Amino acid sequence: MSGGTARSPEAGSTFMDRLTGRVRLGGLLALAAPVLAIVFAGLITAVVLLVTGAPPVETLGVMVDYGVQPRPLTLALNLASGYYLSALAVAIGFRMNLFNIGVDGQYRLAALIAAAVGGAITLPAPLHVAAILLVAVLVGAGWASIAAVLKVRRGVSEVISTIMLNAIATALGSWLLNKDRFAVEVAGSNNIGTQPLGPSAQVPGIPLIPGTPLKVDGLIILAAVMGLLYYVVLNRTRFGFDLRATGRSEPAAVASGVNVKRMVLITMIMSGAVAGLAGMPNLLGESYSYSLNFPPGLGFTGIAIALLGRNNPVGIAFGALLWAFLDTSSNILQIHDISPEIVEIMKGAIVLSVIVAYELVHRYQIAAGQRRVSRELSGGPTVQAEGASA
Amino acid sequence: MLRNRFGRLAAAVVAGGMLMGAAACGGSEEPTTSAKPGAGASSAAPQEKGPKVGLAYDIGGRGDQSFNDAAAAGLDKAKTELSLADTKELEAGSGETEAAKEERLRLLAQGGYNPVIAIGFAYSASLKKVAAEFPEVKFAIVDDAAATGPNISNLLFAEHEGSYLVGAAAALKSKKEHIGFVGGVQVPLIQKFQAGFYAGAKKIKPDIQIDVKYLTQPPDFTGFNDPAKGKTAAQGMFDAGADVVYHAAGGSGGGVFEAAKAAKGLAIGVDSDQAKTAAADVQGVVMTSMIKKVDVAVFDFLKSFTSNSVKAGNTVYDLKAGGVDYSTTGGQIDDIKTQLDELKQKIISGEISVPDKTA
Repeated sequence: MSGGTARSPEAGSTFMDRLTGRVRLGGLLALAAPVLAIVFAGLITAVVLLVTGAPPVETLGVMVDYGVQPRPLTLALNLASGYYLSALAVAIGFRMNLFNIGVDGQYRLAALIAAAVGGAITLPAPLHVAAILLVAVLVGAGWASIAAVLKVRRGVSEVISTIMLNAIATALGSWLLNKDRFAVEVAGSNNIGTQPLGPSAQVPGIPLIPGTPLKVDGLIILAAVMGLLYYVVLNRTRFGFDLRATGRSEPAAVASGVNVKRMVLITMIMSGAVAGLAGMPNLLGESYSYSLNFPPGLGFTGIAIALLGRNNPVGIAFGALLWAFLDTSSNILQIHDISPEIVEIMKGAIVLSVIVAYELVHRYQIAAGQRRVSRELSGGPTVQAEGASA
Repeated sequence: MLRNRFGRLAAAVVAGGMLMGAAACGGSEEPTTSAKPGAGASSAAPQEKGPKVGLAYDIGGRGDQSFNDAAAAGLDKAKTELSLADTKELEAGSGETEAAKEERLRLLAQGGYNPVIAIGFAYSASLKKVAAEFPEVKFAIVDDAAATGPNISNLLFAEHEGSYLVGAAAALKSKKEHIGFVGGVQVPLIQKFQAGFYAGAKKIKPDIQIDVKYLTQPPDFTGFNDPAKGKTAAQGMFDAGADVVYHAAGGSGGGVFEAAKAAKGLAIGVDSDQAKTAAADVQGVVMTSMIKKVDVAVFDFLKSFTSNSVKAGNTVYDLKAGGVDYSTTGGQIDDIKTQLDELKQKIISGEISVPDKTA
């Protein structure tokens, strides 16, 4: 019987289940998948580098040499905290089969409004930061709740509505980022942004990495805490169980008394709330203002990283760090006359490799399981240890 | 066989990279070596062969057929006419943070590149910061006056003045009393073009109808590089009855020209003389262009560097200085040239003051 229960979730799983990491690989296979992915990605990247005329080994050497120096390392950590929060927001939805493609719009709108509110008020330091974070969470959650309500009430696919809400967030953001509304002009500048945050809202950096005056954004702690929270809520609470159950099988969840509509609403709002935080490490740690230079696209990066990390908080952390490392190496590649676009190709290759490698290993596991069962059935009494007979 | 070995090698290197990431995660216990790329050594090296020039582009970089390319043209001219030891051109990635911009400038300054030129206002804050860290390096920034310092030269343009003239030209050439403006991205810089164009057209014909359309809103900057969007927007204006359309949309302008050709209308180019630089089959519809001489500004700055006469602070390239102008290639506006030159003189003398902000 034990052989049967171990096999059933695997054999009955869909591609989506395997893609989002709901089905676990056992034993050595869990190690084989990432190794295979690395081999694939390395191969693709090396071929592209060769074709473009850059030596693959030297190119990667340049990236690694630069990437381990204190300053680029700090830059990568700072980038990674935003990526991590964004990917967590995506992952929350993924675990319930909800595709929140709208993280991008949610974090941009949240950052803009939080920056405007933060610039307009003055409070003692911890309260000021808390107020800004609260506004960001509320705006992110509020914007996501539109898609949630549409889905629950009208059955609108959240994929469609969140993509459309991204476009609306862009338009709304640009309307708000105007000197008649949230923005202030800087004399002589063609940039435009919100009133810079006062010192009480600036989160001090952490001198985590010696050898550089650059500091790691203080809100990297927030990212870590959110990661821990994500793990605990999803794996150690009733709510997390319901969420995962709904993701696995909606009819089964309904049968066991889960209110699916309520779950959709809450999950989407939670995803939006975390999305609202994604812009905060940058806003409160570096830029102190939402301007034309505020980094866009974090939401889409988050989708790739969530896939890469297979919705696992530790996996996502690795994904975020890898992405940030690749991003920071763009400058040094150009110094060595290597096209920075190679970084984008690497990212694409990595995501594809991870998906393909895991799928291959899963299929191998399924096939191996089936072979074992058929062997047990035909061999009967010879396989004593397995106890295959029911 | 070869492929196999090669794959293993590549995999090993990538694995190394990932391990490095893991090491970063666990906190760095090993003493970090300070192997900064060519820190003091190369900048202190004798510069017998002239300066090493570093150029930092905005998104798009060399090859955008617009703003960045104009800067590249200035650099290319300097390469042939001034004896530059070396040049290095870096471009911005999409969605990067302020820190990445700083790092780009820092890498250049640290690598011994002096002077360093930043193309575009996006570098304002990062340039100010990095310039303070490298007081011995000269910096220049195009389109920004907010970054100030003893070693920063600000290269500014009076886009509104040039746009005023092409606005007047559009009004003079329009038979339907209806013209259009296509802006790339709705940012203050492009609104300067719009303000000048509007004022110039209204000066000639106070009742003229002016359609305005921006292709994208920030943070979506694709409006500068999306000919399809430019074509749709211009098509809409021509369909609504406009017969001359001015674009300040960088690479999207090609689409505006196509729409003008299809509608048998006229178009006005921007930044460079687009009757020469646009695709050959649409050059005929470009009646004039508002020229913004970023190439001249970049070259002038480099020249002043080689002759040791760099001026910190603002250098304004306006109509008076010949930094902006309208082009006459193709002879389509020869009949109104006297009127335009009259306006030009009035702006230069200060009799006409062109607004640089939209009402």
